[in-house]
Amino acid sequence: MFSLSRKDLVALVVFAAVVLTMPIWLAPLGASYPGLMQKFAIYAIFAIGFNILFGLTGYLSFGHAAFIGVGSYTTVWSFKLLTMDIVPAMIFAVITTGVFALVIGYFSLRRTGIYFSILTLAFAQMCYSLAYSVLTPITNGETGLLLARDDPRYLDAMFGAQANIAGLPQPTFLGSSVTGYTGFYLCAAILIVAFYVSQKIFASPFGMALRGIKSNQTRMNYTGFNTKPYMLAAFVISGMFAGLAGALLSITDPLAGAERMKWTESGNVVLMTILGGVGTLFGPVIGAWLIKYFENIFSAINTNMLNNFFSFLPDGLQNVVVTVLSKFVGEGWHLTLGLMFVLIVVFLPGGLVEGFHRLMARLKRRKGTPDGVTSVQPAE
Amino acid sequence: MNVFLAQLLNGLDKGGAYALIALGLTLVFGTLGVVNFAHGALFMLGCFCAVTFRYLITLETVTVDPEKLSPWGAPVEVRTPLVQNWFGDFGAVLVDYSVPISILLAIPVMLIIGIAMERGIIKHFYKRTHAEQILVTFGLAIVLQEIVKSFFGANPVPQPIPTDLRGAADIGVWFGMAPHVLTYPWWRLLYLLFSALVIGGVFAFLQFTTFGMVVRAGMADRETVGLMGIDIDRRFTIVFGLAAVVAGVAGVMYTPLLAPNYHLGMDFLVLSFVVVVVGGMGSLPGAVAAGFLLGILQSFASMTEVKSLIPGIDQVIIYLVAVVILLVRPRGLMGRRGIMES
Repeated sequence: MFSLSRKDLVALVVFAAVVLTMPIWLAPLGASYPGLMQKFAIYAIFAIGFNILFGLTGYLSFGHAAFIGVGSYTTVWSFKLLTMDIVPAMIFAVITTGVFALVIGYFSLRRTGIYFSILTLAFAQMCYSLAYSVLTPITNGETGLLLARDDPRYLDAMFGAQANIAGLPQPTFLGSSVTGYTGFYLCAAILIVAFYVSQKIFASPFGMALRGIKSNQTRMNYTGFNTKPYMLAAFVISGMFAGLAGALLSITDPLAGAERMKWTESGNVVLMTILGGVGTLFGPVIGAWLIKYFENIFSAINTNMLNNFFSFLPDGLQNVVVTVLSKFVGEGWHLTLGLMFVLIVVFLPGGLVEGFHRLMARLKRRKGTPDGVTSVQPAE
Repeated sequence: MNVFLAQLLNGLDKGGAYALIALGLTLVFGTLGVVNFAHGALFMLGCFCAVTFRYLITLETVTVDPEKLSPWGAPVEVRTPLVQNWFGDFGAVLVDYSVPISILLAIPVMLIIGIAMERGIIKHFYKRTHAEQILVTFGLAIVLQEIVKSFFGANPVPQPIPTDLRGAADIGVWFGMAPHVLTYPWWRLLYLLFSALVIGGVFAFLQFTTFGMVVRAGMADRETVGLMGIDIDRRFTIVFGLAAVVAGVAGVMYTPLLAPNYHLGMDFLVLSFVVVVVGGMGSLPGAVAAGFLLGILQSFASMTEVKSLIPGIDQVIIYLVAVVILLVRPRGLMGRRGIMES
């Protein structure tokens, strides 16, 4: 049941190695601090989950941010009411998000194509607006849901666990705190498990059925295949991944705000998946990492750094170059993001993974052709 | 009854904006078959046409008047807009009426932006899936709003209503009610009339001109029109420009009601998509009717009585309507049977 094909096993081992050695190979890129690497892992989980829906079935959900929000809120509430241990928090977050996704999916999946996108978008926007208005007792509105020292924490109280007296309690994993590198390795371990689960789904008959739905749902129906439960299962699984990602966000930083549910966030995860490669195993992870990396690196660059970097140019030219480039970094890095989005969709709809395959194919072809023989000239 | 009428009127002007945006959106969908997520950004660009125009027209000279002293003893700076120097009182009127006048700027600018957008990017996406169209236009919307942000900053830029049009019209009196029972701000009334005018103009254009006839024929059967030797692609490009203009002027006139900021387009986009879906994909009268309908619904939902009955309804009413419509009658209120009905 847990076995993988040889190829998948190799992929998993490589993936695990890459993820676990992240602090080493990210160091030269200036991104090897735990806070950022946690984000890498968390958004990779989110994108992997999104890919199970969008990549396998082709249904474009524009409301996945709602699930991340629900996961975050549930986690913080579990911290507040039950215990500071993260295991029950994650379990609750995944279950709540699953139920949530079941309800939204049940309605949204009655429609396909753009109607499905708009339905999910409408549901997510409802969650977002409600979190800001009526549900303030649950979500704490614009301030965001915070931990407090005098939260009840019934389970902790029952077992007589003494919260540290000074300051706010910290989330713990079986008694040990999960800050810094511990937090990163926790997220990394969960990411590897998530990757494994997605591999299993891709290789399973269930995954085959989902691919069948993507290529031709009508034909699937005609062959006597009830596609509804399969779609719903894919939607719920993908929502649960998002819920898990939301839970991890709240674990690494125990604060849940409604801005995580905004629809541009849903757009972001779509972009991550597209950038890497829809329907591939590695694609969403690569996309998530690239975008989070650019978000951190690009938004940190300022005019001074640009000036230093281009100081070799003549003065006038340097000013021009710096003025132009400064629009794309720092505050304006969203512009870069948008441009990237457009360029990728226009020129490389299969994402970076497809680009890589194309490149490999071209190289192989070039190597295959013997010297002196050029391609056949068409007769005119 | 008066409360009812007041809410109805309140809903109408917002509905006018929804209807104008949705009209362009559905026009583009009906002709090009493209789901344009950048349409909200076009509305936002229209708003910033007004901002730009106001900025240009209020460029001023600062002269120091040594005769007069300000209360703390420094010479007073006298600021006069350049147009006032050039044209005297007429210049002052120009400054005062900057918002309506900037429509003249917005029309050519939006037309060019729209056509450039269609020729530059959208053209390549006719044959691609709806998902890819959504993605590319979504990216385009981000680019547009970030460009605007880098020029105008992140804060909203309020625009003034012309002095003569401030205050409220006592329209209760027109219908034989007592004074001050039913009032309605002049500018909102104007916006309502303006949107009715633009909608009427678009419909007349499509209904009574040869160009409009060709476009309608192309909406019904693109291939046949093409086979008859008509360059339908070029017409559709112009239709895209027209949709951009409609969204743009809707934005220009909306600026005094809502100070525009760079993410305004995204805020309106989701709403206007809901409007299009409720009205029926590709149905122009549907988009207009649904725009006004949802505007009014939203205004009724924000009444205190309704809110106390169902808390939070004002925030979600539009989405709720959209969900119900999509599930019960996916072709929308006036959509044709079989269009996008799956």
